[in-house]
Amino acid sequence: MTELFLSFPPFLLFYIGAFALVFLRGAVASAVTIFIPVLSFVVLLYWPHGEFFNYSLMGMDLVLVKIDKLSLLFAYLFHLAALIGGIYALHVKDKVQQIASLAYVGSGIGAVFAGDWISLFIFWELLALTSVFLIWASRTPSSYQSGMRYLVVQVLSGVLLFAGALLLIHQTGSVEQGVLELNSLSAWLIFIAIGIKCGFPFLHSWITDAYPESTPTGTVFLCALTTKVAVYALARNFAGEELLITIGLVMACFPIFYAVIENDLRRVLAYSMINQIGFMVCGIGIGTEMAINGAVAHAFNDVIFKGLLMMSMGAVLYRVGHVNGSHLGGLYKSMPKTTVLCIVGAASISAFPLFSGFVSKSIIMLEMLEAGHTVGWLLLLFAAAGVFHHAGIKIPFFAFFAHDSGLSVKEAPINMVVAMGIGASLCILIGSYPSILYSLLPFPMDYSPYDVTHVLTQLQLLFFSALAFVWLNMKGLYPPELPSVNIDADWLYRRLAPAVIVWIKEVVEKGYTLVIRLTSYTTSAGIKWLARYSEPQSLLARGWAIHFMLIALMLMMIIVLLFNYLRQI
Amino acid sequence: MNNHKPSGFFYQPNTIRWILRIFYALCVLLVLADFIVHRHILTNIEKIPAFYALYGFVACVILVLIASQMRKFLMRDEQYYDTDSSESITEKAEVNHD
Repeated sequence: MTELFLSFPPFLLFYIGAFALVFLRGAVASAVTIFIPVLSFVVLLYWPHGEFFNYSLMGMDLVLVKIDKLSLLFAYLFHLAALIGGIYALHVKDKVQQIASLAYVGSGIGAVFAGDWISLFIFWELLALTSVFLIWASRTPSSYQSGMRYLVVQVLSGVLLFAGALLLIHQTGSVEQGVLELNSLSAWLIFIAIGIKCGFPFLHSWITDAYPESTPTGTVFLCALTTKVAVYALARNFAGEELLITIGLVMACFPIFYAVIENDLRRVLAYSMINQIGFMVCGIGIGTEMAINGAVAHAFNDVIFKGLLMMSMGAVLYRVGHVNGSHLGGLYKSMPKTTVLCIVGAASISAFPLFSGFVSKSIIMLEMLEAGHTVGWLLLLFAAAGVFHHAGIKIPFFAFFAHDSGLSVKEAPINMVVAMGIGASLCILIGSYPSILYSLLPFPMDYSPYDVTHVLTQLQLLFFSALAFVWLNMKGLYPPELPSVNIDADWLYRRLAPAVIVWIKEVVEKGYTLVIRLTSYTTSAGIKWLARYSEPQSLLARGWAIHFMLIALMLMMIIVLLFNYLRQI
Repeated sequence: MNNHKPSGFFYQPNTIRWILRIFYALCVLLVLADFIVHRHILTNIEKIPAFYALYGFVACVILVLIASQMRKFLMRDEQYYDTDSSESITEKAEVNHD
């Protein structure tokens, strides 16, 4: 039996499941969405490390599946996300979402197992094509447009990756992925391609644009996969690239400002996602074994706690119809379970001791300090305080407490609560027994997060960040939640670029009209002029006396003579 | 949103008062602990007494103050990007009470 399952690539079960869903209905279809991740996970446990499914394409020897500790960890993670997301979405009968989410997870698993650039590219594009349906599934005009922008950006990333990969293969003659130096066009193209999916500054706005537009359940899948595949690709190909430290620091810091003033709570989470990826990118940039471990461990934890927070906001969205902080508050009375589970997620992302963020974020911060980047460490500390501020306090506070909005809704459906419960249990389990996660990391770990100094300093940081929140609120300095849109990098292509194009169009149009007018004016003026001199008895039409002709001829000859004379000298 | 009096455990003035009191007490204890526990440190900055507490507080105040200022030039009304502007949250709301 196992041999049968091992005879096809590990991601294929998801595609088979997605295909089967086309023909299935009702409870059976729902069951398939959670049965596939479980079955595939069990099969995955039997896979040994190594390279499998070699194939040849246009003279290149490609490896469809390459299994090592790094790719295996991400594959486990995606299975977990698929299972939790599947349970969370059990009540959804929308075929499009069910099929898209299974195929999307399959593509994510395919991407992390891809042994060469070409296979990676194929799954890279499949990730984009399958996930966009989760955004369109909201079926609103704004989600349609947002999905279009998402697709353009994602496909652009794929095209860049393909171009870079082809150049690289041409230069090196090898299709294998491996640590790249940023010294050639090919490496830069690949770097930017991964950077787009990873949410590098100015390339990030597809995350905050599209994720909050998806359905309550769709976002849970979205936030687990695409960016984490990019983090994996960075860890595999650009570990130790100094530039990543700077990029990571910017990513960790700037979104928290936006998160403080953003009103849509799922968009706040999208910003905090960029902030968390910033930590991972820093870890990859430092590049030591410990730092890579930290980055990968943080990616693992982030999928779970960010998923948990996204699920809790999804539950609010499902019941209330929106997640605008300005119109929420007091929901703890009607959604107590969601409240508690959301707080567990908030504690985890804020890295409270005994919660999962605590055991992974600190590895990156410690490595930053050991690598001698004191300023970088201070910035990460700032980002760590900031993330508590917006994701740890703001999200639960404005949704479930704050001013009583008088909203009276039902608790989230049971399947949502169960999914959130699994997420929350994992957060606490990993936070309390970090060795479970540490044993899965690509490099051996010799680190214990629980010592007195670490616990004390972290608690001080968090409590005094909370104190700042309390103080600012009491002084009335905390920015109120306002229904609004904040301009971000997407403004460049949603407002500036169209405005520039419109401006160019206008200039060209004006120029064109001017040329047309000038031509028609000069032509008509010329015709009129000719007509005037061609009237009866006018200059050109009347009869001339013979002596005029002789004078004219003589003048002409003098001119010709003069001209010839001048030419001689 | 509506003008009813907030009810519920977490809206009682007494509850809020006690939560804050306990919270302040914990803050004080954490700072005191800083003088008792010998922290092992890696940089000179960490030698400052209660460095993490100070840093956390100052960082968050600066964060919020800068963010509020950012609103002045970043904030637009909700329909800013809507091309057909026919949608508002009330119309989009699709509530599920099964």
